[in-house]
Amino acid sequence: MIQTIAFYFFATIVVGAAVMTIMAKNPVHSVLWLILTFFNAAGLMVMVGAEFIAMLLVIVYVGAVAVLFLFVVMMLDIDFAAMRAGFIRNVPLGLAIAAVLLAELLLAVGAYNAGGIVLGAPDGSAMQAADVSNIEALGALLYGRYILLFEIAGIILLVAMIGAIVLTLQPSKPGARARQDVGKQIRRRPEDATVMKNPEIGQGVEL
Amino acid sequence: MTAFFQSLGLSYEWAWTAATFAGIIVISLLVMFAVAMVIYVDRKVLGAIMMRRGPNVVGPFGLLQSFADGLKVFLQETIIPSAANKGIFLLAPIITFTVALAAWAVIPFDAGVVLADINVGLLYILAISSMGVYGVVMAGWASNSKYPFFSAMRASAQMISYEVSIGFVLVCVVLFAGTFNLSGIVNEQRGFGLGFINAYVVHPLLFPMWVVFFISSLAETARAPFDLTEAESELVAGYQTEYSSMSFALFWLGEYANILLMCSLNTLLFWGGWLPPLDWAPLYYVPGIIWFLLKTFVFFFMFSWIWATVPRYRYDQLMRLGWKVFLPMSLLFVAATSGYLMAIGHFA
Repeated sequence: MIQTIAFYFFATIVVGAAVMTIMAKNPVHSVLWLILTFFNAAGLMVMVGAEFIAMLLVIVYVGAVAVLFLFVVMMLDIDFAAMRAGFIRNVPLGLAIAAVLLAELLLAVGAYNAGGIVLGAPDGSAMQAADVSNIEALGALLYGRYILLFEIAGIILLVAMIGAIVLTLQPSKPGARARQDVGKQIRRRPEDATVMKNPEIGQGVEL
Repeated sequence: MTAFFQSLGLSYEWAWTAATFAGIIVISLLVMFAVAMVIYVDRKVLGAIMMRRGPNVVGPFGLLQSFADGLKVFLQETIIPSAANKGIFLLAPIITFTVALAAWAVIPFDAGVVLADINVGLLYILAISSMGVYGVVMAGWASNSKYPFFSAMRASAQMISYEVSIGFVLVCVVLFAGTFNLSGIVNEQRGFGLGFINAYVVHPLLFPMWVVFFISSLAETARAPFDLTEAESELVAGYQTEYSSMSFALFWLGEYANILLMCSLNTLLFWGGWLPPLDWAPLYYVPGIIWFLLKTFVFFFMFSWIWATVPRYRYDQLMRLGWKVFLPMSLLFVAATSGYLMAIGHFA
């Protein structure tokens, strides 16, 4: 009973917020609706017992990606007239994407009605429901059977990260702004920077 | 508590729902009361360090000052700037406040005294605290004013930076404990140091991580010396500038609830939570919740103390500390900790 109520609650909000994400006129509102979608999708994940995935969904998508997204959206100067200008030109592309998505949806529903794929172990036997927590089960798989794929994914991410750093790295030109020397800043003491003067009345101070 | 509601004739799932709701209300009220009290403590400590008296008029020793302030704020007029984005402007303080309370669901106050004893407790806290930045960003953007917007930018960059090193510190603790469950982490600390000290912090690999965590928790809650989001001399009052009345109070309460949460996390992860400091039988006669509150209070005192004594960081220093000092250091300690634990056969 409660599970049903909770499921429909989360599911309705996910669908509603997803619709609002693409319907909202203001891009910032879109991002906020998107965050609501992620958050409620995490709720659905909790309901199917995948609490680890749910937490990762919130940490990764809501926490990191969406914050960066919000940054970009808020920093951009949004010109609604310019955004609408390309509407007619982009209609065919939009329709094509919509057609592909619709076909995929129909295919998925059709395949499901024809009988879903039964997950099984490599030797053909049905998968046993593990008696361990999510994290342990995932960890055993990722660091056991799929260790190679996991490491490859890690290396690819590392390369991407280094690439991003190299792209933004600019060698400092001579005559550009002086680089900060943090050690020098920390070593600075009041005696080096200030002098005590006790001038006569009416006299200036020579520094 | 579920059993109590079942005895009233409810079926198990409705009894569970009722018990959970009751638990939520009790915890929220207690946290709110604690927040009111620590705001008083904060002002008293600040007053004492600055050789002032602090609040001393309302009630005995000024104890009711926070409630008087609450009433005053409640009676004020709510002002919404005409250029503000009204919906988001009103939503922002609600999100800050809700998120600050939601994190308390997984905090164990004593053995078994926890609303949701879930396996991913620590991840839940990370997830909820990453939500916290939205209240600030939304407030800054919706106010449609320069200073709040600058403040929101600063706050989001600051929180993201320090969450990274907090994440790695938590990995070190989890490596030792072998669980993400907060009660489990506390139980693992029983007799951890030399067989009689109930705290992770005594370990030479974990003490530096606690220091990193403590400083990061200052930055994460935007407390001095990292209170650049509300630097009065530059940004008026930061993202709260345009807020008044209850919408301002919600930010204020949420901020202090977050500070208390960070103090209790310090307690739970490194200082043995509800366990007494030493694994010695007579100390266990003191209820666990007393130890928990005492330790949390000590950390809150340290927060106030730091607020009163250190000058504010510059923004580039803040970023340097987060990315160039804490991040490499905590990464190194993750490698060192896992190497050490493999070497002594901890995982076998």
